[in-house]
Amino acid sequence: MVTGFSLPIIAPLGPEIFLAVIGCAVILADIIWNEQRYVVPIVAMAGAAATVIMVLKASGISFSGMYTVDSYSAFFKIVCLLGLMLAILMSLRHLDIMGVKRVGEYYSLMVFSCVGMMIMASATDLIVLYLGLELMALSVYCLVGLLKTDPRASEAAMKYLLLGAFASCLLLFGMSYLYGTTGTTDMAQISKAMAQGKLSGNPAFMMGLGLVVIAFCFKVAAAPFHMWTPDAYEGAMTPVTAFMSVGPKAAGFAALGRVLMEAFPNAHSDWMTALIIMAFLTIAIGNITALCQTSIKRMLAYSSIAHAGYALIGFLPGTAEGASATMNYLFIYLFMNMGAFAVIILLQYKGLVGEALEDYKGLAKTHPVAAGLMLVFMFSLTGIPPTAGFIGKFNLFMAALHAGYTWIVIFAVLFSAISAYFYLRVIMLMYMYEPEREMKLAPSGALSAVLAIALTGVILLGCYPNGILSYASKAIMGH
Amino acid sequence: MDYGFPILSSLIFLPIIGAAALLFIPRSNEDDVRRMALLITIVEFLLSLPLWFQFDKSSHLMQFVEKHPWIPAWNVNYYLGIDGISILFVLLSTLITILCVLVSWTAITDKVKEFFAALLFLEGAMIGVFCSLDFFLFYIFWEAMLIPMYLIIGVWGGPGRLYAAIKFFLYTLVGSVLMLVGIITLYYHGGHTFDILKLSANTYPLKLQMILFWAFFAAFAVKVPMWPVHTWLPDAHTEAPAAGSVILAGILIKMGAYGFLRFSMPMFPQATQAMMVPMLILSIIAIVYGAVICLGQDDMKRLIAYSSVSHMGFVTLGMFALNYQGLEGAILQMVNHGVVTGALFLSIGIIYEQTHTREIADYGGLASLTPIFAGFFMVFTMAAVGLPGLNGFIGEFLIILGGFATKTWAGFFAATGIIIGAGYMLWLYQRVFFMEKNPKMVSLGLRDLNCREFITLLPMLLLIFWIGIYPNTFLSYMHASVAHLLQQVHASTGSVQANTNAIVECALRFIGG
Repeated sequence: MVTGFSLPIIAPLGPEIFLAVIGCAVILADIIWNEQRYVVPIVAMAGAAATVIMVLKASGISFSGMYTVDSYSAFFKIVCLLGLMLAILMSLRHLDIMGVKRVGEYYSLMVFSCVGMMIMASATDLIVLYLGLELMALSVYCLVGLLKTDPRASEAAMKYLLLGAFASCLLLFGMSYLYGTTGTTDMAQISKAMAQGKLSGNPAFMMGLGLVVIAFCFKVAAAPFHMWTPDAYEGAMTPVTAFMSVGPKAAGFAALGRVLMEAFPNAHSDWMTALIIMAFLTIAIGNITALCQTSIKRMLAYSSIAHAGYALIGFLPGTAEGASATMNYLFIYLFMNMGAFAVIILLQYKGLVGEALEDYKGLAKTHPVAAGLMLVFMFSLTGIPPTAGFIGKFNLFMAALHAGYTWIVIFAVLFSAISAYFYLRVIMLMYMYEPEREMKLAPSGALSAVLAIALTGVILLGCYPNGILSYASKAIMGH
Repeated sequence: MDYGFPILSSLIFLPIIGAAALLFIPRSNEDDVRRMALLITIVEFLLSLPLWFQFDKSSHLMQFVEKHPWIPAWNVNYYLGIDGISILFVLLSTLITILCVLVSWTAITDKVKEFFAALLFLEGAMIGVFCSLDFFLFYIFWEAMLIPMYLIIGVWGGPGRLYAAIKFFLYTLVGSVLMLVGIITLYYHGGHTFDILKLSANTYPLKLQMILFWAFFAAFAVKVPMWPVHTWLPDAHTEAPAAGSVILAGILIKMGAYGFLRFSMPMFPQATQAMMVPMLILSIIAIVYGAVICLGQDDMKRLIAYSSVSHMGFVTLGMFALNYQGLEGAILQMVNHGVVTGALFLSIGIIYEQTHTREIADYGGLASLTPIFAGFFMVFTMAAVGLPGLNGFIGEFLIILGGFATKTWAGFFAATGIIIGAGYMLWLYQRVFFMEKNPKMVSLGLRDLNCREFITLLPMLLLIFWIGIYPNTFLSYMHASVAHLLQQVHASTGSVQANTNAIVECALRFIGG
């Protein structure tokens, strides 16, 4: 007989529960209205929008400290939800073009993976964190392989699944070490145990710490754990790629940030060294490999690896300033990367058209507006003002320099100059070559909305970033 | 001085808004695009004239100041103002852009509205660079400028444009990002502010000064360009369309030198003094090396591009002589070089439109085929050579004077540059305009300047004579600011260099300095 047991307060989990219900509703809607293809996305869209409002209002701690809804998690949840909404809007017409029959499973998988991301952002217990991570990861594996008849997609899904499962194992393995040395899976308790005992030299504890960090670095695609990214990005349908490059990445950073800062603040010097090496490697490998790609999706995959490297810089100092810089960066990255992928989708009027860099030759002549938008997103990804990409990088470098990480900043800025080469190559192809083949566009109202939102975000955050800067720093201070 | 109307903001944003507006003109109305662009640049020029007339020359303080909070989270302000150094460049920018529109009138036939939009956006960003008093704002304009310039070279340039454009972009970007690291470091050491005036008023430890000096050097030396990071310039100049070359020569490469004057010298005075000799040596190498390379060029634009390297060597030499004559000469020479080299590129652009060749060997005997054009080109050549009575003479004279006053050898080597300069310019003139009439040129049936082209070149001609005969109009704007700058540079060591040199005094009086 259990005594003193009371039901946990579930109010803070309202948004997650609601979104999970929406995920089920999407499946039902697909069964009921399977003739009208636009009912399903509308349900998913409305659900996500309502969840955003609920996230803004929710707060509190639940399940005896295993689940914390604070402004830090709210920030990441909003990034994930925005990513979800933009991805849904991008998918509408694209799914028709790609010949996806059952749209219900597609949208419900997206919604469920977003639930997983939200759980990851809020988890303050390693077990809960693992639950969220698996919910997210399993949904995304399926999304990648959704085009069952496309061998490329199946290959990508299989690679992603195998490597992803491997990373999950590492995470669990690491957690078991942490539990073994501290006797708890609660982040705050781990931190306390560390402060009391002499755990920082304990090899088992260090092993646990290392494995957990590696598992998250796998999720955010930091080198040398980035191998799955190019294949998965290339094989998946473009809206899925866009979603993957933003949502799971943000959730991974949310979890990594919380683990590092809540569970291991006392082991800062240990994980910092590992993080510095990984940031160096990630930036270098991502940018250099991107230089020689022929597929724009692969190029953006490597670019997203490089951007993960920049975002890692924010976590190095272990300060609130640094963490808020990473948060801002991910928020800004959402707009510029989603924008770039939206342009790719705009070009994919059939099959694989629009994936090769060659397809962009002379685009400025045939479709000046699409080329102009791509130009803005490419300059933003490079980090050239007055776009948001510059603000994001500037913020990161400010935080890192403040904490004295001068060399990594110099390294990062030099590599961001190198990255200019491959981003500019897209611009070069669009503006400085003559068109070779006829390119048609696949426009839709929803896609135009995505492009408009992304463009507004990139320009507005670039010219007037004060709002987001103060919001992110408030979010981290509150936490 | 507070000026009710936000004139500097208007100067920055009028062309940028104009650029956006151009994009909405239907593609078929190419003439409307050109007229609209011309109208905007002329209005812009007229708008900049009040600066010229209402500027208080007796003060070194910033004038026409505008200051509004922009990003309070980082203590960034939208802070604009000009002093006696920057005013000349703002005016030069507004003037040169008009000429660029004129010279592109018929030369640009592809993607016309994009071209003029890029040109106008570039103008706004350039003026922003010269007016910014906040480092963050400065950097935004400094980098934003790369976008239109990259497109202008890469889309409308010559056969090797792709290579030239990316080389230009990468060189400049690598330099700039190092400066960015320097700017952020300065922010933390200078009291968490990006305010340029406040940062200049602080004193920093010598070691930090040295590090930051080199970080800023990376950005400014590439832009100037100083030897050995000059290699992007010949490519960019050669491949850019006429308007691009003119803006590059006229304004863009002045920004490097402007950066030294506005940031490196007042903020890192001790480092500047310590680095004086290396900087002088780099300048001399640029002067002599650039000039010698010119002798071996067979492409007209490339020749002028290398002559820019040589002439900008004079500018950096004058600046790092760290005395009054040198500095004033350097600033004046920046304007001169903008006018003269700009004019030369305009001329080459005009003739290229008819001949479609830049090879010197393809020309010959143009003096009898196009006499008016030859006359203009003659004046520009003479000004580049430094003929007394024309503007080039005044600048080079002051710079060499400054060089002699600081280090005799610097003055000596600089003077050799002038001799070689006379050699390659006159030889160029001889090969293009004299000698046998080249049958290729005859068969083309060249026409002389038309009215539009005449108007394009005329303002440059007038400026060349004006500065050459009465430089004081321009020098008088900078006296107070240069004196203040020198005071900042020398205050740290307490040894304001007294100019007791009788010859110098006498010479200055002679030219009305």
